[in-house]
Amino acid sequence: MTTYSFIFDGLGLRDWCGEPQRSGPMTMAELLARGSAPAEPKTGFDWSALWSLPFPSLDELHKACAAIPRSRDLTKSLETGFLNIRESLKYVLDPLTQPLSWALETALYVGVNTPWWLMLIVLLTVVWVAGRSIALVALVAGVMGFLLFVDHYIFAMQTLAIIFVCAFLCVVMGVPVGIAMSRSDRLQRLMIPVLDMLQTLPTFVYLIPLIFLFSVTEPKLYGIAIILYAIVPVIRLTDLGIRLVDKDVIEAAEAFGMTRHQKLIRVQIPLALPNIMAGVNQTIMMSLAMVVIASLVSALGLGVLVLRGIRNLELGVGLMAGLGIVLLAVILDRVTKAALARVNAAASVPRH
Amino acid sequence: MSQSASISIRNLYKIFGSQPMRALEHVRAGMGKTELMNNHRHVLGLRDINVEMQAGEITVIMGLSGSGKSTLIRHVNRLIEPTAGEILVNGENILKFGETRLRELRRKQMSMVFQHFALLPHKTVLDNAGMARAVRGEDRRGYEQDARDWLARVGLGGQEAQYPHQLSGGMQQRVGIARALTSNAPIMLMDEAFSALDPLIRTDMQDLLLELQDELQKTIVFISHDLDEALKLADHLVILKDGVVVQQGEPQDILLKPNDPYIVDFISDINRARVLRVRSVMDVDTPRPPEISGKVEADATLESVIALSKGDTSLSYVVHRDGAQVGYLDMQKLVRALVPTQAALNGMRKTARADSD
Repeated sequence: MTTYSFIFDGLGLRDWCGEPQRSGPMTMAELLARGSAPAEPKTGFDWSALWSLPFPSLDELHKACAAIPRSRDLTKSLETGFLNIRESLKYVLDPLTQPLSWALETALYVGVNTPWWLMLIVLLTVVWVAGRSIALVALVAGVMGFLLFVDHYIFAMQTLAIIFVCAFLCVVMGVPVGIAMSRSDRLQRLMIPVLDMLQTLPTFVYLIPLIFLFSVTEPKLYGIAIILYAIVPVIRLTDLGIRLVDKDVIEAAEAFGMTRHQKLIRVQIPLALPNIMAGVNQTIMMSLAMVVIASLVSALGLGVLVLRGIRNLELGVGLMAGLGIVLLAVILDRVTKAALARVNAAASVPRH
Repeated sequence: MSQSASISIRNLYKIFGSQPMRALEHVRAGMGKTELMNNHRHVLGLRDINVEMQAGEITVIMGLSGSGKSTLIRHVNRLIEPTAGEILVNGENILKFGETRLRELRRKQMSMVFQHFALLPHKTVLDNAGMARAVRGEDRRGYEQDARDWLARVGLGGQEAQYPHQLSGGMQQRVGIARALTSNAPIMLMDEAFSALDPLIRTDMQDLLLELQDELQKTIVFISHDLDEALKLADHLVILKDGVVVQQGEPQDILLKPNDPYIVDFISDINRARVLRVRSVMDVDTPRPPEISGKVEADATLESVIALSKGDTSLSYVVHRDGAQVGYLDMQKLVRALVPTQAALNGMRKTARADSD
């Protein structure tokens, strides 16, 4: 007799419940209960029973009626459910995501195999083009020089290569989604909970289903995890940026007979560009955060060293890799912010 | 492309709310704005508007904020869709236009000037001026010279390479006007175009507009909340109150024969000598007065005649227009015209009495 037996007895469901049957191992509580002697029936109102009144949870109801599943069965069925659709999901996702693997492999190959001096020239040129600032170029040169000097260059290049590919794909996919959201209130209402979920789901949770789907040796495994995590800000800020475009200017565009496409290209995107660039900056920073965690699923780069530091308790290795990540974060942030500042200033400085 | 176009607005209604058609029935049955708001949660924007805007004229729509004037002008290019009624441009009902024809209409027949300029901040002054033409798909070479010419015409020569935020408000609005003129459209919609400007700059811009209009003869719809501005610019003045046309006509007529206490209140404060013209107070079919002290132009303001006569009310003048004699002006009649209408006078007496009590 358990607390909630009366429900099933009262509803005449005793037959439906059937005999108690054990599908899984016993819980610790059951084991303990079996060891102790059955309690003496008490007379009068049992205050201690009220004090320990259990909530009618799945497990508690299961005690009363075997036909009710235990909560353990719930997680179990989630798992079997996922495993059942796994093959068909794989069938669809594998070819779709294969280019991501290729892109990551290529970027890693190029990042690692390009001579350091050539890579340095390319990187510094890119920084100069993006920021037009000698100080910024000097900062990047200093950081890269330090990483080369302490032999962390290859790891840093792997991290950069992964970030480059993932952030690029985030922008390519995120900006159109953001534009679509800005045009349709319904899509926005649908997308916002999805984006909230992507942003708040613990980063490790992304990895679990992905491990089931793809082999740990495939780069796309962590590529997808990074993209899912880092795409959110660029979508959000593109949507916001376009919605914040001055209504008067939009009205003028309409009054002069612009088509939707012209409005988007000539007015909305240029005016939303500062916000979109802020989103790109956030996306890059979030890719960097995720690439470290993704080293758990064989992502190369500085994260591997951090992981080694934790696993083997090699304090120095972990700290050094951590410093490398901070330095990378600083230069990525400064360079994208400088590019953003130039976008903002584009309208305020006459071009000569 | 015709260089002039007429616009007529017929039986136009606009009701804001979730079920405008049902609210329209109430309005047609005579329900007022407040009642409609309180009982049915719908806002009456415009009620039975009938306005004829002649080609080549400046029609000024005047009213206080909330009178529906900005809503009305946005119906002319269908930035706002009406609840009921007709809008004819050159005799064609534009409410029947599909998306493509409407876009053609906006691109080729109409241009618009906005209260807050609405320039593209990331484009140069030159690109902004050429915007309408670029939108039509014209080649940059095709419109660049036009844009430069119009910028020079509105006084912005040499500033083509600047960006809008580097200019003052008055200069930005000059870009807005150059943009409208470069489009070569016969109709210009001006939504409180000068309201955001300083008074002195506003006067400059009004003079510029009149000067350009002398030359171009466009059909201009001008929205204003400023009576002095309306009287200065209007060939045809429409006064709106709570979404209803209170009176419309020639500004001089409205000034001399206001038909509504609201308008009487409105005009009681203005400087009549500066606004009224000789043609409005002259005598056409009276015999020649015995003494003539000189001649004045029909379009001269009464202020200028008073200055000419040095305040002597015993004089009379011959009135000329384009060199031909059209009537006589008696200074005493001129002085009488300076007194506000009887209704306004009564109103003033009433307040005067109330003050002395």
